[in-house]
Amino acid sequence: MRKGQCVERKVKISVQNLSVFFGQHQALRSLTMNVPANRILGIIGPASSGKTTFLRTLNRMNDLDPESRAEGRVLLDGADIYHPSQSAVQLRKRVGMVFALPMPLPMSIYDNVVYGPRLSGIRNRAALDVIVERTLTAAFLWDEVKDRLNMLALRLSGGQQQRLCLARTLAMEPEVVLLDEPCSGLDPISTARIEDALTVLKERYTIILVTNNTKQASRIADETAFFLMGELVELGETSQIFTVPCDQRTSDYVTGRFG
Amino acid sequence: MRIPPKITQALAVILLGAATLITVITLVLIIAFVLKRGVPEISWEFLSTKPREMGKAGGILPTLLGTVLLPLLAILIALPMGVGTAVYLTEYTRENRVTRIIRFGTDCLAGIPSIIFGLFGYIFFVTILGMGWSMISGGLTLAIMILPTIIRTSEEAIRSVPQAYREVSCSLAATSWETVYKVVLPNALPGIMTGVVLGIGRSIGETAAVIFTAGSSLMMPSSLNDSVRTMSVHFYLLAREGISDEKAYATAAVLVFAVLLVNLAAYWMMNRFIAKRSR
Repeated sequence: MRKGQCVERKVKISVQNLSVFFGQHQALRSLTMNVPANRILGIIGPASSGKTTFLRTLNRMNDLDPESRAEGRVLLDGADIYHPSQSAVQLRKRVGMVFALPMPLPMSIYDNVVYGPRLSGIRNRAALDVIVERTLTAAFLWDEVKDRLNMLALRLSGGQQQRLCLARTLAMEPEVVLLDEPCSGLDPISTARIEDALTVLKERYTIILVTNNTKQASRIADETAFFLMGELVELGETSQIFTVPCDQRTSDYVTGRFG
Repeated sequence: MRIPPKITQALAVILLGAATLITVITLVLIIAFVLKRGVPEISWEFLSTKPREMGKAGGILPTLLGTVLLPLLAILIALPMGVGTAVYLTEYTRENRVTRIIRFGTDCLAGIPSIIFGLFGYIFFVTILGMGWSMISGGLTLAIMILPTIIRTSEEAIRSVPQAYREVSCSLAATSWETVYKVVLPNALPGIMTGVVLGIGRSIGETAAVIFTAGSSLMMPSSLNDSVRTMSVHFYLLAREGISDEKAYATAAVLVFAVLLVNLAAYWMMNRFIAKRSR
């Protein structure tokens, strides 16, 4: 399928026969796929196809729902994240998440960014200052807020809030960044800013981007996965998925015939 | 036949307005009545000296102290227990039969007449635990009395904190406790303060439960083991025993001001807290 055009890449996350249930309802059906390191993996698919569930499986956010249950294995650098010896809190330090709606905590910009680092025990003001500047710069937000870091974060615009959330996630020094439709509520310019940030960030992080906007996947994803009704239909290089998909359903979806 | 909307509208305005007016007038009348008879008697001497002849002469200093200390003691005991219970019920347990029973129990407790708490406090703290008529017996009894209020208001306040905040905090590798401590409680604080104000108000105005547990000594309390009299109890005894109407109303007037002061202080603290967080 790949016709040998891509070099062997390091696998960051390996998903094996993953099924996720909420009570009686099965949200993911026996998923098997590899997520390559230092690339952007786009996940596309219609509503309720299991995209968000999949994302929330990777940092065990589904654990918050007592009805949820995961079967199969999810290996992060070869270690099963659902193994009883693994701590969900430690996992979330390595796998960060940005939610669909910008969700700054009701505190200052500064406090938002250092929320994670402070929890990890970093108290030194100078060290925190460095983190704030570095991550806000990486999220393309530093220049807009550097003079008002003590301002309540809720007073930023939606696009700025979402970039703040990205910076806040980066501040934990994660290895993987999960983004759940991060631009769904944003205007095109803010979206472009986030996309610019992501294309730079993939040098250091493995990025998984769920998006309802197939154009966004085609713009910035290196690989794209198509989900449908809890199943992985197809995963391949973005260029291939959008030009010569193997599956008819993928073809129908990316050309806008349904979904 | 249907009444024209214009008329129902006019009727609604008149009736609702009348209800409000009657409420306001009643409140103003009560306060005016108390203040009119009480304020002329208030003097610096009244506030700063001990009572003489069972309260017929002299001031109310010990009861002033008792009115400050007892509710303070009650809130210091009830607040951590109540908020702790509320956090446990909302954040650490799922809705099930046990939590429903606990919630039903606290609701029932909230409706029990205070004299029952007084009786319990008298039997349990004063007699069985041998604490005697003392500030600590009174404080513990008042704490139990206001606990249901604190629990329910705290629970409501905690529930009203958006679920998304918890998710964000969790995704940033916070444990449940870190989320509660850093996100949930700060955002629930204004609501919790409402419970605190209600609780303080209730304990300031309480007589039955206090007489049975803290006693009615007119001496200056020097430790938690001393009996103490609050202004409410003082007023009750002065009026009931016909000791001195003037002193009774003066005490009532001071009590009204005390409650006003507590409310103002609570609002001021709350606004300061909110302002600090919304720079």
